[in-house]
Amino acid sequence: MGVGIEVANLNAWYGANHTLQDINLLIPANHATALIGPSGCGKSTFVRCINRMHETNPIARVIGSVRIGEVDIYQQAKPVEIRRRVGMVFQRPNPFPTMSIYDNVAAGLKLNGFSNRRTLDEIVERSLRNSALWDEVKDDLKKKSGASLSGGQQQRLCIARALAVDPEVLLMDEPASALDPVSTSKIEDLIFQLKAQYTIVIVTHNMQQAARVAENTGFFLNGRLVEFDSTHKIFTNPSDKRTEDYITGRFG
Amino acid sequence: MNSQEFQFRSKMRTATDYAVTALAVLATIIVVAPLVTIFGYLIYKGASSLNLDFFLKGPKPVGEVGGGMANAIVGSALVLGVSSLIGVPIGIGGGIYLAEFGQGTKLANAVRFTADVLNGVPSIVMGLAIYALIVLPQGHFSALAGGVALGIMMIPTVCRTTEEMLLMVPHAIREAALGLGVPNWRSVLSITVKTASPGIITGCMLAFARVAGETAPLLFTALGNAFWSSSLNEPIAALPLQIYVYALSPYDDWHRLAWAGALVLIALIVIAVSLVRYVTSRGVLKGAS
Amino acid sequence: MPDIRVSSAAAKPLNNSSSGPVPATKEVSEVRQFLQSRSNSAFTDRCFHLLMVLCAFAIFGIVALILWQLLLRAQLSWHAFGLRFFFQHFTDPDSHRTSYWDPVNAQFSAVPFIYGTLVSSFLSLLFAVPLAIGVAVFLTEMCPRALRAPLAFLTELLAAIPSVIYGLWAIFVLVPLLREHVNPFLFKTLGWTGLFSDDNPTGLGFLAAGLILAIMILPIISSLTREVMTAVPHSQREAVLALGATRWEMIRMGVLRNARIGIVGAVILGLGRALGETMAVTMVIGNSAEIHHSLLSNGSSMSAVIANEFAEAVGDMHLSALIEIGLVLFIVTIIVNICAQMLVWAVTRGAPRQAR
Repeated sequence: MGVGIEVANLNAWYGANHTLQDINLLIPANHATALIGPSGCGKSTFVRCINRMHETNPIARVIGSVRIGEVDIYQQAKPVEIRRRVGMVFQRPNPFPTMSIYDNVAAGLKLNGFSNRRTLDEIVERSLRNSALWDEVKDDLKKKSGASLSGGQQQRLCIARALAVDPEVLLMDEPASALDPVSTSKIEDLIFQLKAQYTIVIVTHNMQQAARVAENTGFFLNGRLVEFDSTHKIFTNPSDKRTEDYITGRFG
Repeated sequence: MNSQEFQFRSKMRTATDYAVTALAVLATIIVVAPLVTIFGYLIYKGASSLNLDFFLKGPKPVGEVGGGMANAIVGSALVLGVSSLIGVPIGIGGGIYLAEFGQGTKLANAVRFTADVLNGVPSIVMGLAIYALIVLPQGHFSALAGGVALGIMMIPTVCRTTEEMLLMVPHAIREAALGLGVPNWRSVLSITVKTASPGIITGCMLAFARVAGETAPLLFTALGNAFWSSSLNEPIAALPLQIYVYALSPYDDWHRLAWAGALVLIALIVIAVSLVRYVTSRGVLKGAS
Repeated sequence: MPDIRVSSAAAKPLNNSSSGPVPATKEVSEVRQFLQSRSNSAFTDRCFHLLMVLCAFAIFGIVALILWQLLLRAQLSWHAFGLRFFFQHFTDPDSHRTSYWDPVNAQFSAVPFIYGTLVSSFLSLLFAVPLAIGVAVFLTEMCPRALRAPLAFLTELLAAIPSVIYGLWAIFVLVPLLREHVNPFLFKTLGWTGLFSDDNPTGLGFLAAGLILAIMILPIISSLTREVMTAVPHSQREAVLALGATRWEMIRMGVLRNARIGIVGAVILGLGRALGETMAVTMVIGNSAEIHHSLLSNGSSMSAVIANEFAEAVGDMHLSALIEIGLVLFIVTIIVNICAQMLVWAVTRGAPRQAR
């Protein structure tokens, strides 16, 4: 089951660039939350703050609190621990090129020391089923490398890899933006099914995508969270004029 | 200027252009010619002496015909083994530091610069330093000293090529590993280094081929040995050393052996260089797409 | 308002698995439990980082080691001769002959070796630089695409040939050639210049050393020159061509002019190599610790004397004098290489690739 995320007074910098300003947000558990906004508004930075990937950049800085479930991830936990509880799917598929499909999915477990073969087999199969890739690859699990799949398949492989560690939260940074429409719709269906089990945060440029998959949507602009509400309200009757301008395509 | 002058100038310019092209082609031929003659001569003089004896037997007493350079081949293998044990791990470690931890820092720049400068230091100086460090205190020459001398020569080369290969691994791969909650050290070793490993291995091969042909550092560390030896603590023969000694000797038979040894040495090096070329140019590095 | 339908009717049945997501079983919490029980590896990460830093510091350690050991062992000679080591000479009271290097009487002067190193190196530059630049120009600007890779590979191979094999070839091919054909010719025709006035019958000497050194440093100068020439942006070439220049003029003005700093760097790097080259030089330079102005006479070089005399040095002073020469060689090549490296970096703007 997923957990809720509570963000309070989050500020983030890249060097001197104040990328995120005073973000306050409550992301409900077992829901899909979409984050929309024009390029450079900080939504990617925001999700990277949730799994503490933002700080892998040497000039990055974060102030504020992010609570995942009961845990303040900056004060009460180490980055490695958090990233094991929060899965991430990136914009461009990035399977490990030297590993087979099986090893890719099992990577999060094997590289952390998990060695029970039978359990691994089951977990790999379940993760691939959950990411709608099982039927396409079940015969070549150990023979084909992760990089030999098509773009859409690679992204589903990355999703399976993220799911294999059974995260409580799944972060997706524009997961379908590099894919063709057929793969995109497959992934959207996936998200719809997965949110029963996980808390999903999806960054997207595509407003229709947000409308299709998410119950709640947050609109970011210039590093601030302008509005956060149910998707229905954001897209039919937004409270803030800037949201309305963005939705109707006046900018961005 | 009038049109006559202009025409003349034009002709001169075109003529100069042709002349320079001819000179450049000539230069290339002059450069390639020694290479071809050296290789040709090596094969011509060396191939006839390459028989099983060469690889299996040690040298015969002076004046006797026959024998081989087996002791030198074994000796080289031993010395190179020691040098690889020293040069490869430390070099790869340095490369990992430069690529994964030191990017952009002044320290890394200093290391890189120093490594490049070290690559240009005469190898005989390395031999001198190790002589002073190991041979003098121990009181005798040894294969170990030779191995150490060659090992420290390998370190800068391996370090720089490892760094280059690691930097070719896409950042997205590292992010994927970190995003899974894999600790940094595991991510560097099991993901980044593993992805770059074909390139890293070829870099090591290049360094290996380079030190395999080095004679000067061995002159007063391993010293050379006319007899069989496989101990690390005694002077030991090495292929390039033996070639040197035989070449300067007055015996025809030893000259013959020197050519054969040179052919073996160059064949090894050509294979290594070609392999390196093949791997890096074909983009066999799977991570670098 | 744009027509963005917001409804759960967006969900379509997946055609890839038989039902929805496989419901959580107890293995799920097993995974979470397992991962939570793992340590965060902060300590291992720190150790790993430290280990890698240590390996990198090995590079500095090597330089320090060499400097320390050489300085230590050269003390004896330095205290005995001081700076005069570099310019003194000794006159035998009976025969009035000047000598520089007398192991028996423990009288040492580095003059002939410095002279020999400089002469052979600059001679090699004289031959190598025009040829190397010619090859680089040909390969970069004129060569048909199909030939480029094989020819470049061949020059790379030249760089990979060990010094001792060059020496071997030089002894049995180059030196006889000089001895029988070239040297007598030079002696006869150009002997009056003083540069070719020694009727050295062996064929060894500065000329032989200069020639073989030239062949050896050619690939380095050539490949680095090619690198800096390639680093010149195409826009420079096009600008000159657009003015109506011939190909040579384009090369001269658009490429060589921009790359000249780097080319100077490449040449200096070649010089650095030539200064330290040992084996091939030792085998053909004649090994005589005397100074002659003729290029045909025997001589020696810093690296050659070390290679020749070290293993059988007579006495500690001899050893120390040789090590002092080695120290000088080390410092000089380091300085030369630093200058060269900086010049090349200035043009290629960053670490150059291996010049092999």
